[in-house]
Amino acid sequence: MTGSELISLDAAELARRIHAREVSSVEVTRAHLERIEAVDGPAESGVHAFLHIDADGALAAAEAADRAIAEGTPASPLAGVPIALKDNLTTTDMPTTCASRILEGWRPPYDATVVARLRAAGLVPLGKTNLDEFAMGSSTENSAFGPSRNPWDLTRIPGGSGGGSSSAVAAGEAPLALGSDTGGSIRQPGAVTGTVGVKPTYGTVSRYGLVAFSSSLDQIGPCARSVLDAALLHEVIGGQDKNDQTSVGAPLPPVVEAAEAGARGDLAGVRIGVVTQFSGEGYQPGVLAAFTDAVRLLGELGAEVVEVSCPSFAYALPAYYLIAPSEASSNLARFDAMRYGLRVGDDGERASDEVMSLTREAGFGAEVKRRIMIGTHALSAGSYDALYGKAQKARTLIVRDFTAAFETCDVLISPTTPTTAFAIGERVDDPLAMYLADLCTIPSNLAGNAALSVPCGRSADDGLPVGLQVMAPALADDRAYRVAAAYEVARASVDTAPRIPELRALETSR
Amino acid sequence: MSDITRDDVAHLARLARLAVSDAELDLFSGQIDAIVDTVSKVGEIPDDVPPTAQVVPQTNVLRPDETEPSLPRDVALAGAPAAEEGRFRVPRILGEEL
Amino acid sequence: MTAVTNPGVESAPYTVEEVCEHFDPVLGLEVHVELNTATKMFCGCANRFGAEPNTNVCPVCLGLPGSLPRLNGTAVESAIKIGLALNCHVRERSGFARKNYFYPDMPKNFQISQYEDPIVFDGYLDVPLDDGSTWRVEIERAHMEEDTGKSLHIGGATGRIHGADHSLLDYNRSGVPLIEIVTKPILGAGVRAPEVARAYVTALRDVLRGLGVSDVRMDQGSMRCDANVSLMPKGSSTFGTRTETKNVNSLRSVERAVRYEMGRHAGVLLSGGSIRQETRHFDEQSGTTSPGRPKETFADYRFFPEPDLPPLEPSRDWVETLRAGLPERPWERRARIQTEWGLSDEELRDLVNADALDLVADTVDAGAPPEAARSWWVSYLAQQANTAGVTLPELAITPAQVARVVALVAEGTLTNKLARQVVDGVLAGEGEPDDVVAGRGLAVVSDESALTTAVDEALAAQPDIAEKIRAGKTKAAGAIVGAVMKATRGQADAARVQELVLERCR
Ligand SMILES: [Mg+2]
Ligand SMILES: [Zn+2]
Repeated sequence: MTGSELISLDAAELARRIHAREVSSVEVTRAHLERIEAVDGPAESGVHAFLHIDADGALAAAEAADRAIAEGTPASPLAGVPIALKDNLTTTDMPTTCASRILEGWRPPYDATVVARLRAAGLVPLGKTNLDEFAMGSSTENSAFGPSRNPWDLTRIPGGSGGGSSSAVAAGEAPLALGSDTGGSIRQPGAVTGTVGVKPTYGTVSRYGLVAFSSSLDQIGPCARSVLDAALLHEVIGGQDKNDQTSVGAPLPPVVEAAEAGARGDLAGVRIGVVTQFSGEGYQPGVLAAFTDAVRLLGELGAEVVEVSCPSFAYALPAYYLIAPSEASSNLARFDAMRYGLRVGDDGERASDEVMSLTREAGFGAEVKRRIMIGTHALSAGSYDALYGKAQKARTLIVRDFTAAFETCDVLISPTTPTTAFAIGERVDDPLAMYLADLCTIPSNLAGNAALSVPCGRSADDGLPVGLQVMAPALADDRAYRVAAAYEVARASVDTAPRIPELRALETSR
Repeated sequence: MSDITRDDVAHLARLARLAVSDAELDLFSGQIDAIVDTVSKVGEIPDDVPPTAQVVPQTNVLRPDETEPSLPRDVALAGAPAAEEGRFRVPRILGEEL
Repeated sequence: MTAVTNPGVESAPYTVEEVCEHFDPVLGLEVHVELNTATKMFCGCANRFGAEPNTNVCPVCLGLPGSLPRLNGTAVESAIKIGLALNCHVRERSGFARKNYFYPDMPKNFQISQYEDPIVFDGYLDVPLDDGSTWRVEIERAHMEEDTGKSLHIGGATGRIHGADHSLLDYNRSGVPLIEIVTKPILGAGVRAPEVARAYVTALRDVLRGLGVSDVRMDQGSMRCDANVSLMPKGSSTFGTRTETKNVNSLRSVERAVRYEMGRHAGVLLSGGSIRQETRHFDEQSGTTSPGRPKETFADYRFFPEPDLPPLEPSRDWVETLRAGLPERPWERRARIQTEWGLSDEELRDLVNADALDLVADTVDAGAPPEAARSWWVSYLAQQANTAGVTLPELAITPAQVARVVALVAEGTLTNKLARQVVDGVLAGEGEPDDVVAGRGLAVVSDESALTTAVDEALAAQPDIAEKIRAGKTKAAGAIVGAVMKATRGQADAARVQELVLERCR
């Protein structure tokens, strides 16, 4: 088995072979480390999915997994499979930077709950992936350490904020990755890189150790190349955690079972609602065409497809760009040069206040500063009622729209994002244009329900990946998995795109 | 129009402890004004709609009052920009506690 | 000759009586109480005063990125109990909010507190005043929040915050559970306003101590009072501008701070000036207040609901269970005890002042009659404590041990004099009272034949005295009794010896 074959296999298939001892976890891990070595750098022209690679740690974890398997005691169905971690998850053996200068080199004294669960399940952490600084962005261009690139076209963005995780998975640098999704940061990168990205129901995956952006919206979830892989990872990381009091006690929905059931290709009796608000102006024709094709395929699988209207979704983007910055302005106040991270301007004369201001000015990028100031404004006494308060009311209306829609539909679908991957640099000077990338994904964060993006073929106009978003009620994540898995099988029979790009183009073009 | 002025942005930057430059003030005031203008659309929503602050379904989540290990002090101080006598060393503090 | 004034110490120009000729004072008292839970409000670190710096810290109370708060259930119960003891309503649905401001001793740069929906609200406390009357102080709210870390200011002339070169931070106190209890405006107290303020804080302290939820040590900062004072011209119903005095570290200081601020306000107002709304700092030494740093702008804390903690909805059952477990209010208990034990006001006050009430009550609970129990604690034991330089509760004897000594006297095993020796033995660490009796051989000689023999021997030794007794001079028996007591090393019952002497001389 060659390295290039190993890096193209799904996690489920890799796990099967490792557990059958056809290949060792060490060999699989080494193949991925070699792939990273080959395509990730240099930062100026490679995929640049990773901010930190821990080859020694990964090989040690792989050896441990191989030993357990040899003894007949694999820790979990994914034991021995490599994984990449978004760099806003705390890890004791690797730095956690959130792609920010203010945290450069910070080594947390504790593991995030999801990281601890991965380790306990015998997965093999390869390294930490790039993101928009503090997960604020839709392109990974806001990383203080330079953008990641879309493996399908290295001049384009891999989505954001989790562009490092999506590009790593798409480029064959890791079969699995973890992301965090506050307004679409797992799903939109998944869509534009042709991978699967899942935002689980709010509260079903512990946020302990996820550096908070917007606490009432943030949710950790899986990034993978197949629906089943995402489900397997979902079951490893999910479930209640005493360290996160917002985590729910309800049993995790049976997502692996649902993915397997869906893969049998029968959606008879499933009612699917097409959200009418998510089309029209601003939507790329090739994206809409791919989506229409998906609707047709779902119908062929036996689903009953209807149109549903969610008029309050018009308030989702404005509400999100009030709530998320408001919470962020508070969450990011702790980066103040006193206890950890960067300190600038401490000349023995300046007072703490000044050192805080100089450090935050030097340590935060433009988007982070913008959002902190918007959030500070939205929460201030004079604006609270008109801005933050109204955004909370918008949230109520959006929850109501979902509730009504789910009375008639089992799941709702839409394009994951209005366009395919745009060019690096195209929207950096226009925050409002950038924000539109999350138009379709934000409502599920505001309502806290489950949503995922599954590859939806290629856009006819530029040949780039398109994503299909499937949304399900809270704690019914399994429904989204079932529909996505069925669609994935049907799509595969008509799709001709390679699973992993060759990545030769850019290596020579730069 | 939201009418976020350059002075407003300077005030917000002070509140948020950001020593923004003049050039940034120019850039940010235009951008923030445009963004606030856009998000002000939520103002259309009637006042009688109840707010939703979070979507967690549970209540009364409580921890038992039992001690758990704290961090070793050297670990607690390991990330500090400066430490002295087992404490975090910080520049002088102006003003009383609020 | 010019008047010599103490530089830096301004004296309030008006007495409270003079103030109240022109104004009605309005008080508002905010008391912060640290709970004595085993762990902090939002993490499992030990809640302990006086530990080595930064040894009771973890990712949560250091505000490390990625950490999340975990609410302490016992702290919530304490908050509810405090509310119930203060006759408050318990809110059906309450929650936490973030109070945002930057300060280096606050690791997250926001404090998790409660804002619009405190857990308990709208109560009152009937406060006993010195003259035996009662003043009802209305409670606005009591809410839960977390304490900050502590800063040590290094360098500079004074070691105080001004002029320091740098500061050192210890986060052991960061996240310690606090309850903030806020009164409604206290109106109409007039010249008694300073006394009412002190009496309220005293009564509150006693209630909290009775609940066992806090150490309530003002000197250690586990109970802290901020006193808001304003004056309104007589006949007006519009509140004047208030000042908030902080750093009031004793009950006496509460009274002094209010009195000083009343006088100072009147001085400013009567000379045509106006009061600046500000925070003032109380100086224990001089009994005066001085202005804190004026805030450049109106503090905008940008409160919003804490997204990391689900709401609280205390059930009726839960609240009623806590209510059923509330102890008697301290002064109600005192009134009951006074009646039951038949104490005069003075006797009760002595007990309270000597910190002996609980000890006596526990001694009574252990079976001793109130009079005997009280007598032991306020006389002999009080002397011993005084000699040893400790407080009564610190004496190395328990109420149960005292009750046993009382019982030994009642059954005749010990005389009062012997009993004191037994107590000495207990205090000296010789074990339980019965151990001391056995160890020192202190039991009364109650063997009648042995006593009779001793009496006969004494009579024989002093025949002239024996003759006098036989001649009817019974007063002379004292010498024989003394000899017998000496012979038995005090272990005889003197009254019984007296009877025997008279019997044998009949
Ligand atoms: Mg407070
Ligand atoms: Zn702690």
